[in-house]
Amino acid sequence: MPYRDHDNPEIQRPASNTFIVSSVLAALFLNGLPWEGVWLMLRPDFVALVLLYWCMHKPLRVGIGLSWAVGILADVADASLFGQHALAYTLLAFGGVVLHRRLQMFDLRHQTIQVFGIFVLTYVVYALVHWQVNNYVMWPYFLGCLTSTLLWAPLSILFQAMRQMRADQGIVND
Amino acid sequence: MDSTQSFQFFNRGPSPAVRLVFFAVLSLLLLFVDARYRYLESTRSALSVLVSPIQRLATLPGVLWQQAGDFFATQRSLADENKSLHQRHQQDAARLSQFQALQQENLQLRKLLALPQRGEFAAQPAEIVYAERDVFKRKILINKGADANVQAGQVAMDDSGIVGQVTRVYPWLSEVTLITEKDHAVPVQVLRNGLRTVVFGAGDTSRLSLRYMPVSSDIQGGDVLVTSGIDGVYPPGIPVARVEKIERDAAYPFARVACLPVAGVDRHRHLLILSGLPRPPERPAEERAAHNPKQKQKK
Repeated sequence: MPYRDHDNPEIQRPASNTFIVSSVLAALFLNGLPWEGVWLMLRPDFVALVLLYWCMHKPLRVGIGLSWAVGILADVADASLFGQHALAYTLLAFGGVVLHRRLQMFDLRHQTIQVFGIFVLTYVVYALVHWQVNNYVMWPYFLGCLTSTLLWAPLSILFQAMRQMRADQGIVND
Repeated sequence: MDSTQSFQFFNRGPSPAVRLVFFAVLSLLLLFVDARYRYLESTRSALSVLVSPIQRLATLPGVLWQQAGDFFATQRSLADENKSLHQRHQQDAARLSQFQALQQENLQLRKLLALPQRGEFAAQPAEIVYAERDVFKRKILINKGADANVQAGQVAMDDSGIVGQVTRVYPWLSEVTLITEKDHAVPVQVLRNGLRTVVFGAGDTSRLSLRYMPVSSDIQGGDVLVTSGIDGVYPPGIPVARVEKIERDAAYPFARVACLPVAGVDRHRHLLILSGLPRPPERPAEERAAHNPKQKQKK
């Protein structure tokens, strides 16, 4: 099943609410795995990835408000200051919602480059807040930007495939 | 005038820019309130009820891995461990009987001197659920929270010394700040000569340091630092750190003293939470009014 995105739009099936919610919960779960040492520095921000995906593909359902709420949950999970993740994810969602038409014009390779910019912005905001509160900058964390960006294409393909599988249920494939 | 406004078929609420500004301002407000005043702890613990199932689930792979490792432990290693534990038990039993005799004697002497008793304190065991996922923070979360009457300010220790202090309590979890957290201070005494000082965390995984020690102060490598108890938070006489290295440079007024924590601050899975420590007496009124912290340095 080749990955098609913008070239035939009728293949885009609606995504159910359960799918959206469970993907966000799965992302929170992946972020919460016991990452340590080098792996912690390389940890991609799964929540940011999933939120950006939905903001780009379903900007009317998942937007800035929901991203903010998920950011608050991430703050509680990470024991960071209230609003630190929320502020970063708000900007991320804004980027996704405003650029969603433009991003959907590109293929995955070009999307990846654009998405990198949005992730860097998100991390800069997060690091700025951290710097204001703790007076030092967490440089190693910027590696997470890169790994998040690298996961953009696999995640898009996976979600697209899962959405198609859901739509194909009940149809006999040969 | 009206023709300049764009016509919308569907009302989709405020534009993304308006929403961005609204939520960004809301986040900044929350950040400010949380960083300055700490009003939001109850909200945080309410929300943690939502998040904690996911967090518990996320620790599951690690736990399963460990259980699998335990399952495949060989009989030989178990027998060895049993033997060494048996030996250690015998040694400890001998020491314990000695200790009990000393405790009785100490009690007697204290009664004679009419000193306030050093109260017995209760300890409840707790298990580490997970460590903070920020390499720069030295904090851990344990599985006892408000349900087990844990309170912020209680002391966490392992079998050999102080590990940290409970700083935040959730319904089923609490957060312990380790003594190695940057700028975390513990008032201590040198066991050998009673010299009072304060030991600070270096923000490193396993390093503590003594600041403001005059070059001439009587401190040696290998000295054990125990809590002095004058802060009213840490009970007196519990080992905290051992002096590792001292650099005395005449160009600086203070000696550089590096210490290592005695307790396995970053090793164990189980901790003890101390409760029921005796409250220190109230500060006298006139002294409180003219409260002037004086740095007292003994030489």
